[in-house]
Amino acid sequence: MINTINFVSKFKKANIASIIIFTLSIILIFFKGLNYGIDFKGGTLIELRTDKSIQASSIRDSLNSMNLGDVNVKKFGKDGDFLIKVEQKNTNSNNLIPEIKKVLKENLNAEIDFRRVENVGPKVSSELLESSIIAISLALAAMLFYIWVRFEWQFSVGSIVALFHDVVITLGIFSFLSLEINLSIIAAVLTIVGYSMNDTVVIYDRIRENLLKYSKISISDVSNLSINETLSRTIITSATTLFALVSIYILGGEILRGFSFAMILGVIIGTYSSIFVASPILKFFKVSYKTLEKEEEKILP
Amino acid sequence: MLNFSKINTLIIYLIFLSISFFSILNFQDKDNLIIDKKVNLGLDLQGGSYLLLEINSDSLIKEKIQSKIIPIKKLLRENDLIFSNFIINEDNFSFKVSDLEKFELAFFSKKNNLVNPYIDTYRSFELDYKKIKDNNIKILFSKYGLLTINNAALKQSIEIVRRRIDDVGTKEPTILQRGEKRILVELPGLKDPDRIKKLLGKTAQLNFRLVSENSEFGVDELISETGEKLKVSKRIVMSGENLVDAQPSIQNQQNEPTVSFTLDRLGAQKFGRATTDNVGKRLAIILDSKIISAPNINEPITSGKGMISGNFTFQEATDLSLLLRSGALPTPLDVVEERTVGPDLGEDSIKSGVISLIVGFILVILFMFYKYRLFGLVANTALIANLLMLVGVLTILEATLTLPGIAGIILTVGMAVDANVLIFERIKEELKTEKSIIHAFDSGYSKAKITVLDANITTLIAAIILFAFGSGPVKGFAITLGIGIITTLFTAYFFARHLTSMIVLKSKNQDIKIK
Repeated sequence: MINTINFVSKFKKANIASIIIFTLSIILIFFKGLNYGIDFKGGTLIELRTDKSIQASSIRDSLNSMNLGDVNVKKFGKDGDFLIKVEQKNTNSNNLIPEIKKVLKENLNAEIDFRRVENVGPKVSSELLESSIIAISLALAAMLFYIWVRFEWQFSVGSIVALFHDVVITLGIFSFLSLEINLSIIAAVLTIVGYSMNDTVVIYDRIRENLLKYSKISISDVSNLSINETLSRTIITSATTLFALVSIYILGGEILRGFSFAMILGVIIGTYSSIFVASPILKFFKVSYKTLEKEEEKILP
Repeated sequence: MLNFSKINTLIIYLIFLSISFFSILNFQDKDNLIIDKKVNLGLDLQGGSYLLLEINSDSLIKEKIQSKIIPIKKLLRENDLIFSNFIINEDNFSFKVSDLEKFELAFFSKKNNLVNPYIDTYRSFELDYKKIKDNNIKILFSKYGLLTINNAALKQSIEIVRRRIDDVGTKEPTILQRGEKRILVELPGLKDPDRIKKLLGKTAQLNFRLVSENSEFGVDELISETGEKLKVSKRIVMSGENLVDAQPSIQNQQNEPTVSFTLDRLGAQKFGRATTDNVGKRLAIILDSKIISAPNINEPITSGKGMISGNFTFQEATDLSLLLRSGALPTPLDVVEERTVGPDLGEDSIKSGVISLIVGFILVILFMFYKYRLFGLVANTALIANLLMLVGVLTILEATLTLPGIAGIILTVGMAVDANVLIFERIKEELKTEKSIIHAFDSGYSKAKITVLDANITTLIAAIILFAFGSGPVKGFAITLGIGIITTLFTAYFFARHLTSMIVLKSKNQDIKIK
């Protein structure tokens, strides 16, 4: 076999790297925390466009004069476009938005267009957070179950460890870069779960097939062979998916930027984990063709 | 796997053509509809407002529990029960009763129990009691009693919200119940939701009460429109329920916008009697506990028609008459979630979404052609067919396309080729060992089948969960992703396989390669 890469020899180094990054991610998530957007924290978000060039600081100053609490103003895409975030206050905010509009118009002396307004109350935001956590847990459980039905439990554990690895590291990077976590990031995380699983399944399928075909070869060699056999598919599919995602990231506008960034991270990490996390676990469990035969005996008494 | 009977081929192309036909419908003229089906644009693409309203039933429950005090006292007396320590709280009241067992018997009697009716649908009483200590008990609404109150208030609120929104005249609003306490309102194309929010934010409880220093019913001190403190009797002469119509009008003398109203028969009687008896006194017109105006009663008004003036602008007069026509909300409504997108941002989103779709599509197509040449063309044809079918299915379902939905389509483009890549790579491997090219292609397809299925089902699971838990735009993403997987499987396993078989069978075992 020409052109084969010895992946198995790199398992150890890769696993150490994975464990370090995984642990760092957990530490970041717990201590630095995630930068929740208004979907999960509650509050008001306004995307506005002005006809004049205005400094973010002057918007900040005029909002601070309104005594709204924590206000965050940043440039958003084009010149004259800004994103304002106002923290949640328990007061009734039914009139908040027209008031902000009035104050900004007066203070800045400019035409102001509110292009997007989002306002999430505290009750709704905690419900959204809860249902997002449920959705991700349910997705992981469903994957675990599917692989358990289609393969053996060792595979199921391997794939779920890989998924955890992907989700945690993606969130860890978001925490490290202080990027906002909102509903679309949760959608991205769930899609990553699907994609990473997809990648893992392709390799696992091949490992199972090769285990039965070459019963004399060790799991390490079977893993190596299978990874190599599926390698060009892994690369091509990651490449086409990344083409699509990068084009969304660059051209899809500000709203999709966070989503596509999370997906790009996820696709890279997911591809890595299928090779360097999911496969070593089979070795750890000493999976062999006997594992498969035993299972078959159980099914066909 | 490469043999297609004529019937099979026919069915495959028939399915493809009939589904993709629907994708073309999206480009038809508005006036010249062939079939009235289109993909709906989500609020984030066409602009509009999404509001989630929650009924705030605290005050209603307080009112309702207080209305139970007199009946309960009557029940206690009828059963010769002695009570003491009567305390009224926010949502309950408590007292000490002499004989708890006897009380319980009367309180939970199913026969003709007007104080604490039995709700058949829930198999529960409206009220419940809790023991504080000894014979001290607390009366409050049971879980199902509260549910019944909330339900009724919610149903009524939805009706009034609908009337108010229809009156403003926005196009195709969606008004739906969400859970036990919430109303979802979607207003496509609405640029400024503040007016609607203002209209929905008012309960619009209108009362006519006499201004008087001391009244046998007690007085409230309210501040009038001119800033003067007025003592107003608690007795309601007439309320907004008796209104049958209200219209803005201009009073000629001062050119002042006013609201003219018309009363029903009962209202006209009540109003006539009150104004006849109290000529010379002032009548306060109170909306949501605020005095709009407190004019003098100059002469009896028996016609059932009247006018409210209160330094309105014409817009205010229009809105007030709209509120009065639609009736009062049973409880205040809180906006618990709002998402508004302006129409020009929606247009920008469509533009950038479509551009990134085109660029992503071209990149994938070029890459596939570079990798697989002839078979790259096969995969690319399948990809185009896939897109047509995806849009076709979305049209058939009249699904809502959102910005994340467009992202889902782009992602489908990137991931859809995976099925063909899996198959082609497998065939390449088979070609290494298999002498007959046809056999190699054949076993390539059959061996890759399981993997392709497994791999796609996992993504489908993720899409289904997203659909179940996601809200609004995210749901749109889940729909396109999920449908994309199904059309991908179809195009890879039927459409592309048929194209491949034509190439392979025509070549008659000559040397064909997947690069």
